[in-house]
Amino acid sequence: MNIVQILFWFLSVVALFGALMVISSKSPVHSVLWLIVTFFSISGHYILLNAQFLAIVNIIVYAGAIMVLFLFVIMLMNLNKETEPRKNRWLKMAGAVAGGALLLVLVAALKDSDLKQQEALVKTGNIGLIEELGKQLFSTYVVPFEISSILFLSAMVGAVVIGKKD
Amino acid sequence: MYLLTMDWWLVLEKAILVAFIVTISLVIAMYTTYAERKVAAWLQDRRGPNRAGPFGLFQPLADGGKLFFKEEIIPVSSSRFLFILGPSLAMITALLTSAVIPWGGHLHLFNRDVSLQIADVNIGILYIFGVVSLGVYGIMIGGWASNNKFSLLAAIRGASQMISYELAMGLALIAVLMLTGSLQMSRIVGSQVEGSNYWNVILQPVGFIVFFVCALAECNRTPFDLAEAENELNFGYHQEYSSMKLGFYLFAEYINMFISSAVMSTLYFGGYDILPFVDETKWGLDPNLLSILGFAALMAKTFFFLFVFIWIRWTIPRFRYDQLMNLGWKRLIPLALVNMLITAALILWLKK
Repeated sequence: MNIVQILFWFLSVVALFGALMVISSKSPVHSVLWLIVTFFSISGHYILLNAQFLAIVNIIVYAGAIMVLFLFVIMLMNLNKETEPRKNRWLKMAGAVAGGALLLVLVAALKDSDLKQQEALVKTGNIGLIEELGKQLFSTYVVPFEISSILFLSAMVGAVVIGKKD
Repeated sequence: MYLLTMDWWLVLEKAILVAFIVTISLVIAMYTTYAERKVAAWLQDRRGPNRAGPFGLFQPLADGGKLFFKEEIIPVSSSRFLFILGPSLAMITALLTSAVIPWGGHLHLFNRDVSLQIADVNIGILYIFGVVSLGVYGIMIGGWASNNKFSLLAAIRGASQMISYELAMGLALIAVLMLTGSLQMSRIVGSQVEGSNYWNVILQPVGFIVFFVCALAECNRTPFDLAEAENELNFGYHQEYSSMKLGFYLFAEYINMFISSAVMSTLYFGGYDILPFVDETKWGLDPNLLSILGFAALMAKTFFFLFVFIWIRWTIPRFRYDQLMNLGWKRLIPLALVNMLITAALILWLKK
């Protein structure tokens, strides 16, 4: 095993363990903190693929901003183990079945796709670096990029309208 | 074993550099506490600490010793693991930032070119941003884990303030990045050092002021130290902390000050450039000596900014919370946006 493989396995174990802890820990604050651990290990995977820009943006946007807002809400509402509502047993069962069905669909869809034959470019390839990514976004994918920016703008306007005192 | 094919000299070189930079940050943070008290005394016409050692120079050691030997108290109703994690995170994020700052040019030692920068990554400045945005967690986790409503309120204040000012900071930075055309810290400094190029502060005075104000807010320094407003919140987010865990919180603040001063000197004041408008390589000095002089120049600029931080603390009173938010969202962000647009337009116009 070379060092990239060791890192890959380490990060994968951390990511899966973190994701399991997100759904299994009782306290919502702990769940959020485990989710942050998961984001970090995913950023580690990005770095292994030489996608430095994606890795750091993942940390800035998800771990640094969105998760902080999650924590805000959870801390202000003072959610903890005691306030955790009792869940319906049938609801749990239905959730497990629905999640399992989704997993089945994903596995079936990816099993025969040609993605499987493609090998990831480790430590090489510059598509994840900022210059190449910017060029791609503003030439090949310019229309979807602009449309999503308009979507963000309208979301921002909507948030301001909702938050405005009148 | 594939592991052994690594360039062990590189690992050794980087390890020495990391140890050196961390030690320097810690020592400087230690003596910034001393400087803070001396400058405060000077501004208020007092003498300041002068009992421990000559001119009170051993005062930081005495303070550190006091913090180490105090009783460790972990409140019963706190969540124990997170209570300890809070100050550790504050300290770790404070120290992580120094990894991408170019502390000097190259040294030529034992037939190797040693770069005085720990990691010259492609996304340098974004790395700093990422680590800074994680600094919020130290405060939030510590404040929440103490299970005290004053700590929680202070933590939430601090976190919302840091998030708000990060936006304006980012917008101010974009203008610098457009001038340089790269996110790499070494390229940002390089473009200022080369020949007789201008320092970025001359091209970006408004951007620098926005960045500086945001840096004050990010470090939770006066006039933005709402997170530790004693008259409203007792002591702030570290109220339940005692002994060295409290020390780590206070210490992390000083390390943050040091690092943000270094970042400001790097981005806007030419980094390790000794004099503006002068090509230092024409002085005919030994390149190693020139690198060391460059490091000294960066340190001098950093110390100046540290002094300004302290000066502001003992001159300007604290903002009210609504004033803080109005300044951040209604003044600094539009100002930074306009600055960014004008810079972009000028760059396009001049390049035509």
